[in-house]
Amino acid sequence: MAILSKDDAKKILEKVVGFSKSDGIEVTLNGNDGGNIRYARNSVSTAGESSNVSLSVQTYFGKKSGGASINEFDDASLEKVVRRAEELAQLAPENPEFMEPLGPQNYGTDPKTFIESTAKITPDYRAKSASNSIEPASKKDVTAAGFLEDSRGFSSLMNSKGLFAYSQSTGVDFTVTMRTNDGTGSGWVARNFNDVSKLDAAEASQIAIDKALQSRNAKAIEPGKYTVILEPNAAADLLGLMLAGMNARQADEGRSYLSKKGGGTKLGEKIVDERVNIYTDPWNEEVPVANWSDGGGGRFGGGGGGGGGQPRTKMDLIKNGVVSNLIYDRYWASQKNVEATSFPGNRIMAGGNASIEDMIKDTKKGVLVTRFWYIRAVDPQTLLYTGLTRDGTFYIENGKIKHPVKNFRFNESPIIMLNNLETLGKQMRVAGGFGGGSSLIPAMKIRDFTFSSLSDAV
Amino acid sequence: MKRRDFIYLTGMGAAASMLPGLPVMGNPIDPAQALERVDVGLKKQLADVALNAARSKGATYTDVRIGRYLNQFVVTRESNVQNIVNTESYGLGIRVISNGSWGFAATDKMDKDSIAKAAETAVAIAKENSRLLTEPVQLAPQKGYGEVSWKTPIEKNGFEVPIKEKVDLLLGVNDAAIKSGANYITSLLFLINEQKYFASTDGSYIDQDAHRIWPAFFITKIDAATGKFETRNTLSAPMGMGYEYLNHRPQDKITGGGGITLYKGRYDMLEDAKAGGAQAGEKLKAKSVEPGKYDLILDPSHLWLTIHESVGHPTELDRVLGYEANFAGTSFLTLDKWESKKFNFGSKIVNFVADKTQVGSLGAIGYDDEGVGCGKWDLIKDGILVNYQTIRDQAHILGLKASQGCCYADNWSSVQFQRMPNVSLQPGKEKKNIDDMIKGVEKGIYIIGDGSFSIDQQRYNFQFGGQLFYEIKNGKIVGMLRDVVYQANTQEFWNSCVEIADSNDYRLGGAFGDGKGQPPQSNSVSHGSSTARFNGINVINTARNIG
Repeated sequence: MAILSKDDAKKILEKVVGFSKSDGIEVTLNGNDGGNIRYARNSVSTAGESSNVSLSVQTYFGKKSGGASINEFDDASLEKVVRRAEELAQLAPENPEFMEPLGPQNYGTDPKTFIESTAKITPDYRAKSASNSIEPASKKDVTAAGFLEDSRGFSSLMNSKGLFAYSQSTGVDFTVTMRTNDGTGSGWVARNFNDVSKLDAAEASQIAIDKALQSRNAKAIEPGKYTVILEPNAAADLLGLMLAGMNARQADEGRSYLSKKGGGTKLGEKIVDERVNIYTDPWNEEVPVANWSDGGGGRFGGGGGGGGGQPRTKMDLIKNGVVSNLIYDRYWASQKNVEATSFPGNRIMAGGNASIEDMIKDTKKGVLVTRFWYIRAVDPQTLLYTGLTRDGTFYIENGKIKHPVKNFRFNESPIIMLNNLETLGKQMRVAGGFGGGSSLIPAMKIRDFTFSSLSDAV
Repeated sequence: MKRRDFIYLTGMGAAASMLPGLPVMGNPIDPAQALERVDVGLKKQLADVALNAARSKGATYTDVRIGRYLNQFVVTRESNVQNIVNTESYGLGIRVISNGSWGFAATDKMDKDSIAKAAETAVAIAKENSRLLTEPVQLAPQKGYGEVSWKTPIEKNGFEVPIKEKVDLLLGVNDAAIKSGANYITSLLFLINEQKYFASTDGSYIDQDAHRIWPAFFITKIDAATGKFETRNTLSAPMGMGYEYLNHRPQDKITGGGGITLYKGRYDMLEDAKAGGAQAGEKLKAKSVEPGKYDLILDPSHLWLTIHESVGHPTELDRVLGYEANFAGTSFLTLDKWESKKFNFGSKIVNFVADKTQVGSLGAIGYDDEGVGCGKWDLIKDGILVNYQTIRDQAHILGLKASQGCCYADNWSSVQFQRMPNVSLQPGKEKKNIDDMIKGVEKGIYIIGDGSFSIDQQRYNFQFGGQLFYEIKNGKIVGMLRDVVYQANTQEFWNSCVEIADSNDYRLGGAFGDGKGQPPQSNSVSHGSSTARFNGINVINTARNIG
């Protein structure tokens, strides 16, 4: 039941829309089958599977809207959920920011988000992946703790204005932390794909084991400003936070790093190094994502929503260091007389040809960072964030890794970081980020990155 | 319902980023449905179906949780209601031991066949997992309680209060903040009701009804000319209380340093919003802090988060053992430090107590999610590490004869595991109030409210911000500061604790969104303290220029 075909989903949605007695209705029908395995102390701790399909209804009368959802699909249940949403809409206060649903949209070709082999992952595959981590770890006096999660699902949406959208996707996420049994070394690796055939848990686990062994007995060096080589996962964490804050309304209201002194926004202004190019593209083959958005926060306007069924298109966010687009939800776009922009489902930053090894060779004195941890906002005005390095931090001197170093706390803004760009390296696909989907982010070398204190944590 | 779906339904969008974390959400329902209850007799029948089915398939231990998890969110922004959402999640989770291994399955189909099938699946998973078992599960003994019940001692069920009353309150709060200078405000009321039924093969049938409430707001003040802005968040605490938390009384207010009103057990949201609007404006004009060493006077509305991160988390036994190594991290409080009975966690006046019984706290409950009656115990005694937080399958590691009752699942569909109880700093024994403490400081900063927070994966190095910062010079508050965060090492920080105000100043802070596990689960937990002083803490200036 969890994965309904386009035709089957459409039939159910048409039936639900047909039950509507309100001014308008929007219905989403989503399903997901997922499985996971978790291990720690070189042993499996939990494993499970889940399956769910749910249907959500939003109806409106004038500027009053109400919602309800259900996971039963007989006619009586479907009609009941519509009536319940209508009752709630009648009780709701008017929302002055209410926006009527969109009419039919042209989404273009379907991005390749669904891969059959991922949809067919079995408990046996998950157990084998865990074992491909645990066995090589235990042979090296290392302890593995990891998590593999896979999912296959569909999303569909229909409204009373004739809009219909449908997509399917698969995904697999794998992370493992390897710790040496003497407690002095730790390594980590993460992989994220739509296509499980690209995942090699043994190869990934080996990288984490090697990092754990190489990071043993780290030396303390003075905190301060360092040239850093950020692996893609480290860079992506800070970039994701910057891109998540590109909301036009907040910038217009003067409460964003994209607000300008004296009023207005930094749209069209250069804010980072001119080599920085960041865009979103649902059809990118490395990080495909659905070419429509289910709303993401207030489908009938207000609250920063993109609007149910809004097309996602290829769109520049930062072009040659200049802010080229802000994210306008449908309400705010209507207030500003501009086109609404859907919240990006993926993020791609153009990279270079340099490998991490090339960048190390080219560094006189610096720090190689595997990943960051516990990143939290310090000042939204300057986009200052704090956090720590973790699971593989190394000192570079005269083009070589000299020794592991103790972890640092940083206080840095991605805006300052991208103004201090030295070199862009090769791109890698990384998981998640605000708004979901995946990102394609290069490794990068940055000068004057601010490490403000040392941590004893391994 | 996933966080993404929840943000979608509530229309919270960017406002959701202000929330540190959210519990698992259910499906949207009519508010009136939240007041209906599932009959206890029916729950017992369903639980017995699960227990019997698991036993017949070879389980040597079984527990069943039938959970109905209700949430209500009312969100407003300036003069608009952004959304009102009621959600319900109802289903059954069954956990078994078979062949010495754990297995778990859950279902939202509450007919007897589906429940029996879930039991069968749980046993099958346990048997499958036992193939990879290194040592069999050892459960600490637990007596059956028979048929018992527990309820949060609330005066007024928040779910019974009409939505209009809540909307009127929040719009009034927004109006008060705007009138006192705020440019923008998002305010919300978040109610939780966990109706949990637990049954186990130990012979317990436990019916519990837990209530929690969180009123909150987020104010922004803009200075268009300079392009600068400041925020001021609510000084409320989420509480294990009913709607009475909002029925403020004069005796529940404390006057802090500089004449600021602070709240103890009850909350005057309107008054706080009014003060907040003005303080956001003051923050814009405040002096930027000179970095260096300061003596810090930390208010309980701030200190709870430092306690949560630097004391609550490192004393979780599952972290110490490595079960969280790939996500939340491990802990510097390794077993050898506990075994030595000499590990100097803090100064002699530092005493931390874990307590699942504290009235009004988020973690208060009669029995945990594996049927253990809840209690209270020392974690840090006179500055020394003396204990951890454990559940039934960990108790033997510490040589304990019983679990400490720290097992919790955030939903019927989630596997229960070790979660943090309320962990609180005990008040000072000498009679001392906030003013007495400020008087003794030559060069210091008084911090109120929680702000930015970050700590490493073993809980050594942390950095915290706040909401309001006041400079203390020669025993007096001389003005407001901005751009303040402090950094410290956990053990050095707690050893620098030199004074704690007495029990009259004791207050709770807390959060709904304490996260741990993969897939992640959230836990609600409170942390109490009185105002405390820490000497010679490193303060850095966070001001930057991005053009």
